[in-house]
Amino acid sequence: MSNVTPIWEVFVRAKNGLSHRHVGSVHAADARGAVEAARDVYTRRAEGVSLWVVPSSTIIASDPGEAAALFAPAEDKIYRHPTFYVVPDNVKHI
Amino acid sequence: MSQTFTLSPAELALRLGDDALILSHRLCEWCGHAPTLEVDLALSNIGLDLLGQAQFFLNYAGEMENAGRDADALAYHRDEHEFKNCLLTEQPNGDFARSIVRQFFFSAWQQLRFHELAKSGDATMAAIATKALKEIAYHVQFAAEWVVRLGDGTEESKCRVADGISWSWRFVDELFTGEDAALRPAWEARVRATLNEAGLDLPAPVRGITGGREGRHSEYLGHLLAEMQYVQRCHPNAQW
Repeated sequence: MSNVTPIWEVFVRAKNGLSHRHVGSVHAADARGAVEAARDVYTRRAEGVSLWVVPSSTIIASDPGEAAALFAPAEDKIYRHPTFYVVPDNVKHI
Repeated sequence: MSQTFTLSPAELALRLGDDALILSHRLCEWCGHAPTLEVDLALSNIGLDLLGQAQFFLNYAGEMENAGRDADALAYHRDEHEFKNCLLTEQPNGDFARSIVRQFFFSAWQQLRFHELAKSGDATMAAIATKALKEIAYHVQFAAEWVVRLGDGTEESKCRVADGISWSWRFVDELFTGEDAALRPAWEARVRATLNEAGLDLPAPVRGITGGREGRHSEYLGHLLAEMQYVQRCHPNAQW
């Protein structure tokens, strides 16, 4: 067993209808403590209405060594951005 | 002796305001010194909640006194013997475990006391209590969970939390004087449940120390006030 306090990733829902967004991380010995630490660190200025905490160790990250293979191919596919269309004036909310 | 029949509302507001003010100051002493950043912020948050409560109570006490004193005047321009906080709140922080036990004992008492106050015929007091109860629910939960975490942690942490309990236990009687005696069984049940979960038990009864409610304080309060009041006393009515 390690003596290092586990790290938890914190996600805050700013208001109902929005998704939880990653805001940072906290140290805590257990899940309950992690929620409390997240509340105390990240919602003290009324930033949210809901919290998720996830053990950082359970996050599977992409390998930086594979970054070229994973992400570079998207760089020259600018046509995937919807910027080649003229949006008619009477179309709202886009 | 001031064995109370019924406290005047002004006196009650002063007591509850001073409790919150003094404990708030103690918690703010942790700022920058807590074991982790997370705990540092948690203790400061609780301190600020208490400071807000103190401001409401002391402003109201000042209003009832009707001598032109507001919360600031009461906080910064009274001497030690005029403070009516219970002795528990002025006890030095000690280590983290001792501060946590002090918080748990106090917040669990405050929760019961404020439930009663919220039913008070005095609309202002009832409103302050109702608002504060939401904050207090978190304080109790936060402190209780740390008591369990420490009590159920290592030999070292268990030892420290046990030391915190025996340090604070002497000041518990004072919470339950006068009408508040009726709250004691519920408080002990709440505290016992958490201590048992932590693998600990209520200590044997000891001879309680009282006096804070009458303005007779331990040697610690004077030092606390010296720090808290210094700037206002040196530069009266300074604004910043």
